[in-house]
Amino acid sequence: MPEPQGANAIEFHNIHKRFGRVVANNDISFAVPRGTIHGIVGENGAGKSTLMNILFGIHQADSGSILIQGRPAHIKSSIDAIRLGIGMVHQHFMLVDRLTAMQNVVLGAETGFWLTGGVGGGRKRIEALQARYGLDFPLDHIPHNLSVGTQQRIEILKALYRDASVLILDEPTSVLTPQEVDILFTVFKDLKAEGKTVVLITHKLREVLAVTDNVTILRQGRCVDTVPTATVTRSSLAEAMVGRKINPVALPTATPSPRPKLSVRDLVVKGQGSMGVRGLSFDLHGAEILGIAGVAGNGQSELLMALSGLAPVIEGEIRTEHLTIDHKSTISPGGLRRGGLGNIPEDRHRNGVIGEWTGLENSILGLQRSKDVPGVGRSLNWRHIEAWCRDLLRHNDVRPPDPHRPIGVLSGGNQQKLVIGRELALEPDILLVGQPTRGVDIGAIEAIHGKLVEQRNKGRALLLVSVELDEIFALSDRVIVMFEGRSMGELSRSELSETLVGMMMAGMSKAEALGYLKQRESA
Amino acid sequence: MTLRASSILGGLSATLINLLIALLLGGLLVAAVGADPSAALRVVYNGAFGSSAGLSYTFYYATNYIFAGLAFAVAAQASQFNIGAEGQAYIGGLGTGLACLALPGVSWWLALPVAVAASGLFSGGWALIPAVMEARRGSNLIITTIMFNFLASLLMTFVIVNLLRVPGSAIPSSGPMPESSFLPRIDQILTAIGIPTNETPLTIMVFVAVALALGLIWLIWHTRWGYELRAIGKNSDAAAFAGVNVARVKIQAICLSGAVAGMLGVNEVMGAQHRVLLELAAGYGFTGIAVALIGANHPAGIIPAAVLFGALQQGGASLSFMFPNVSRDVVVIVQGLVILLAGGLIHMLRPRLVAFFAGLLNTERSA
Repeated sequence: MPEPQGANAIEFHNIHKRFGRVVANNDISFAVPRGTIHGIVGENGAGKSTLMNILFGIHQADSGSILIQGRPAHIKSSIDAIRLGIGMVHQHFMLVDRLTAMQNVVLGAETGFWLTGGVGGGRKRIEALQARYGLDFPLDHIPHNLSVGTQQRIEILKALYRDASVLILDEPTSVLTPQEVDILFTVFKDLKAEGKTVVLITHKLREVLAVTDNVTILRQGRCVDTVPTATVTRSSLAEAMVGRKINPVALPTATPSPRPKLSVRDLVVKGQGSMGVRGLSFDLHGAEILGIAGVAGNGQSELLMALSGLAPVIEGEIRTEHLTIDHKSTISPGGLRRGGLGNIPEDRHRNGVIGEWTGLENSILGLQRSKDVPGVGRSLNWRHIEAWCRDLLRHNDVRPPDPHRPIGVLSGGNQQKLVIGRELALEPDILLVGQPTRGVDIGAIEAIHGKLVEQRNKGRALLLVSVELDEIFALSDRVIVMFEGRSMGELSRSELSETLVGMMMAGMSKAEALGYLKQRESA
Repeated sequence: MTLRASSILGGLSATLINLLIALLLGGLLVAAVGADPSAALRVVYNGAFGSSAGLSYTFYYATNYIFAGLAFAVAAQASQFNIGAEGQAYIGGLGTGLACLALPGVSWWLALPVAVAASGLFSGGWALIPAVMEARRGSNLIITTIMFNFLASLLMTFVIVNLLRVPGSAIPSSGPMPESSFLPRIDQILTAIGIPTNETPLTIMVFVAVALALGLIWLIWHTRWGYELRAIGKNSDAAAFAGVNVARVKIQAICLSGAVAGMLGVNEVMGAQHRVLLELAAGYGFTGIAVALIGANHPAGIIPAAVLFGALQQGGASLSFMFPNVSRDVVVIVQGLVILLAGGLIHMLRPRLVAFFAGLLNTERSA
């Protein structure tokens, strides 16, 4: 690695990058001072990932230059980037599940053909790094069996093992509990104290404010500003990101219906790569939003699958006014839809839309057996469906409102608006909502949240499953926290606090968490 | 609309460019064996299109290729790859033969619907087993349908040699179909209206093939069943979420694919051979996969692709006849080049041309 020059770890100078007709990066210039924690914020499609991929050698800029430690850098591949001391921790971890944590760290950075120093040498270096940066994890475990936060520490150490002086982390907190986020931020501060530079790419403004020294705001491929974090507020950052003022959605008081619209009793669902649901009970009333909080992979997906008719109920039952599902009687997804359960899937690309299809074809997906859509029957009258689709696109503010455009080229927010509009078209009594704003930009989040609250105010029952605590807090009348397939307890809106929910997300029951908090308060 | 137009234009021009390249490479090959490429091309063209007899044969072959191509495309629209059209057509031929033999003296226009139904039932039923194995148990359809081709071949050998063969005859085939069941040939129709034409095996089945193509366009793009079928093809998770009974529609699609392949058997037994012969599907079932590939699994593309393959087959026969040092294998190689270029390598060229036309149409609109 070359000797550093100047005060900046990274400088971007007039970076341009186009993909076909799309300008992903437009004249981006800013500097990341050495030994700081630097946030990069922006909505989806603002150009964050493209810029980082250019820095890491995955894409090449069309024009512009990058200076690393004060020297011009020509980064043609990730190998060049690593040689220049840049380490990347991707949102989806790149760990090999058959290797131990230690083998994962060393993989690709072995000491030559003859493995000079052997296993012992590598282990010694890793242990030294662990001690220096407080990155604890068991060296001889398979990463799959370790928590997500621990896997992330392995990823960070992987970069440090390769002598990274600049660490880039892409949305590192999306899978962590609030407590794990705190631990991660402590690691950031240790790294900074050791003179390393940390670049944090995120859409969570709270975290930017909590941990960064400077923040760069990108919007539509352009660099809006780079400012010291101390000079901004949450709302000013949001405004800079979106380019206009953002109004948080209001949740007016509503009286839930006396009888539950959906009852779940002792539900057990087999896990699919996670614990599954292991005995969950709750009631969902009309005119309320019940939030299901929890770290991803604690049975929320399986709960939604069972409620959608896509996963069998092993034990317990799901009951609505007209339908009952238990281990003996299953109901198909189509049957549930006709029975008044609308369903906004948590994985839009997998379940919600067919990306290659046009908006027109997608607009009746799931409604193809409905009697209420004009033109839909045994044979399809596309002219009638098109008129209906145009209405749907217009009413839900899907942009562009062109029924003949493949849905895959629309932004996530516009795709989601179509999905929500389509599910609401049948006026369902109960609405299952999974991660409604995943991959959706702030402007569209506002519209989607507004739509969900509007449904609640109309007296409908909404089950909201989200891993975004902000979203749960903004929309829920009541919250159930799930951990390893079970409920850790139910909280009313007035009881919600980040500390309490965070502890329950990590596996404490409500009583335990409250007791612990009381104890800490009195101490 | 612009997007759709540019994708059609791009696909079409990419196919034509690739066909041209295949032809050029074929020309080089002909030159390499010491013949004149342009003369050879003329011979192929004249052989296929230059005479009424040549034209008839071209369309007779094309009829079989349309059936086989449509068979593959129906299942492919649901992302199910039915490689078993060959065997399904063979079994369908048995159904056709049995239907005709059971109806002696019944005229063709009554026998044809019965034979179509019998053939569809036999060939669709033959496809049912791999279909159920795929949809309910997850067996790989490609593997099972390939294996079922061998099973069909062995079963048919047994049936023809041991059950259908005329006692005492040394020819491994069934007895002749009743003459009343012979389908009207196009040359008979033309001669009847005053255009004398040589006898060829091209029958009214060519119209059945075109009607079937139109029917499938309606079924796949304008009915709910077709919509669900295509949803499975593009994203079966989303289809299941949307309430499609994925396993059932898959099974139906594969059986329909088999039944369409059975029409090839009808054409051979009732139209051309008038017997149930050994290996009556003669490889059309396999070549149909390439036809569907070049036709982008759409009936509107399959018909021209089938005519192209029919022309190559018919023109290729004249080629080896006219040029002693050019063997028929040269045509097979050209067929291979067409498949390689217009079926496979097209994916390298098409996106660029689509983007090009999209740009062109956009500037025209804004201008």
